[in-house]
Amino acid sequence: MLIYEQSHTGRRATAQSPAAMGDVSDIPAELLRKETAALPQVSEMQAVRHYTRLSQKNFSIDTNFYPLGSCTMKYNPRACNTLAMLPGILARHPYALESHSQGFLACMYDLQEMLKVVTGMQAVSLTPAAGAQGEFAGVAMIRAYHDANNDHERTEIICPDAAHGTNPATAVMCGYKVREIPTKSDGDVDVDALKAALGPQTAGIMLTNPSTLGVFEQRIEEISRLVHEAGGLLYYDGANLNAILGKVRPGDMGFDVIHMNLHKTFSTPHGGGGPGAGPVGVSKRLEPFLPVPMVAHDGENYRWVTEEERPQSIGKLSAFAGNAGVLMRAYIYARMLGRDGMLRVSEYSTLNANYLMALLKESGFEIAFPDRRATHEFIVTLKKQAKELDIKAMDFAKRMLDYGVHAPTTYFPLLVPECLLIEPTETESKEDIDYFAEVMQKIQHEAETEPQTVTGAPFTQPVRRLDDVKAARELDLRWSGK
Amino acid sequence: MSNVPADLKYTNSHEWIRNEGDGIVTIGITDHAQELLGDLVFVELPEVGASAETGSEIAVVESVKAASDVYSPLDGEVIEVNEALVDAPEQVNDSAYEDGWLLKLKLADAGALDALMNAEAYTAHAESEDH
Repeated sequence: MLIYEQSHTGRRATAQSPAAMGDVSDIPAELLRKETAALPQVSEMQAVRHYTRLSQKNFSIDTNFYPLGSCTMKYNPRACNTLAMLPGILARHPYALESHSQGFLACMYDLQEMLKVVTGMQAVSLTPAAGAQGEFAGVAMIRAYHDANNDHERTEIICPDAAHGTNPATAVMCGYKVREIPTKSDGDVDVDALKAALGPQTAGIMLTNPSTLGVFEQRIEEISRLVHEAGGLLYYDGANLNAILGKVRPGDMGFDVIHMNLHKTFSTPHGGGGPGAGPVGVSKRLEPFLPVPMVAHDGENYRWVTEEERPQSIGKLSAFAGNAGVLMRAYIYARMLGRDGMLRVSEYSTLNANYLMALLKESGFEIAFPDRRATHEFIVTLKKQAKELDIKAMDFAKRMLDYGVHAPTTYFPLLVPECLLIEPTETESKEDIDYFAEVMQKIQHEAETEPQTVTGAPFTQPVRRLDDVKAARELDLRWSGK
Repeated sequence: MSNVPADLKYTNSHEWIRNEGDGIVTIGITDHAQELLGDLVFVELPEVGASAETGSEIAVVESVKAASDVYSPLDGEVIEVNEALVDAPEQVNDSAYEDGWLLKLKLADAGALDALMNAEAYTAHAESEDH
């Protein structure tokens, strides 16, 4: 039931209502609304119950095993949020004077420095407000670099067919043509196809390493050399940074620019569309083009670096400097973990993924790249089940909910049919991982003996199987009232 | 294996091509392709009069699982599009080779049609991708 449907004229929830009407006398009359806003009128108790019930319906990482991993949201330590909410941080106004913001600026400066160390890049700007904006900033810098060299013939960005959909979208957004190259059967980029695609028209390549297929690009150094020899630059999509954190550095692999999804890897809840942080790191040659503002430190004071000092900068990306709260959580997370902790993140996320992959392989599931070691994630393909039993990946995914396990990513990457992309992350215990493997076996058994239990699932959730076709074709998000 | 009519031509990227004579062809996506995509929720078609270039994107089909480009199998000009799909994209799922056609092209070179895959070659290609 929607809270609007519980509304009764005159009811009021004192605790949740604004204490007093603000002064609106300085707002021009034509901008003031004519009717009262249609807000629900409920008692305090009703409001409390309504939202508590909603929260109980939430199937989340706080309640259940959630093998979507850092792809969507890994566990975010409570301390990061608690500390980022300290009043001095929370109440700092973006227009506050630098002299009044030294603590905050010091945190941001240290975060820039820590991200440089962990990625091996020369310089970092924290300002992109999300992954998509980080990607945009990255490719815009590639473009600015070629423009600065009067190299206007470079009109193409190369993307492997395994790339995240955002990569070609970003390239197009920045005015480039996308050239797709295929993946070999072992999951690596087809280097011969890359060679054929490279030329004086190549502006750069966008890669995720480890790739979306959950394998580490084995010939990355050769790829890097080839692209640079052709005069192109290398862009690193930081989506899978969790697998290599502190272990291998994109800067050492030869990447010129990287964006990091701090909301995925560095402790911010994400997956609901909201606020993120997509800092960019660059190699020496792209440094002049970094977006502003950044934070500088002269040994004594911290200050914002503005566009006047950096004439070649691609400029500002938002009104201020990205999402301060998300950046603070990342700073706290990095400080809590330290260098050794970062290593443990990548070691355990990789160990857990490989352990679970071995368990599933043993119990007869088909692994998409069986000869490759998994990174922090791996892919199971249920194409045999789909063909022989008419049980699809989505059926497995829905049935898992009944066993108290959230489904992993389904039907991505697109290259692998009927796939589950499984990422347990570093924080899951052996018992929880064992349980997931057990659930997969149980569902397999059901698929063979009582398929309707699988195709009809879920049975225990607040809603049954949702009609996603209807939801997409007849999208209706507006409450039409009584 | 899904339905692969013998009288059509095919591409690696799962488009089918029907020769309508006079250098005109009808183009759609194969039954196999619609099966892989699942229920379609949206189809984006080109403007009539747009020029099509072999291997370049000519339309987009979007399902609950994925959005996928449709590539032009040949050079030519778009002379008609299947407007009915805008309101009823499910026609591609229900009838990939008839009601689910996407567009018609006037070919720049009608002879180029012969170089495309026949049903047998496409079946082998789709099966090899399956493994």
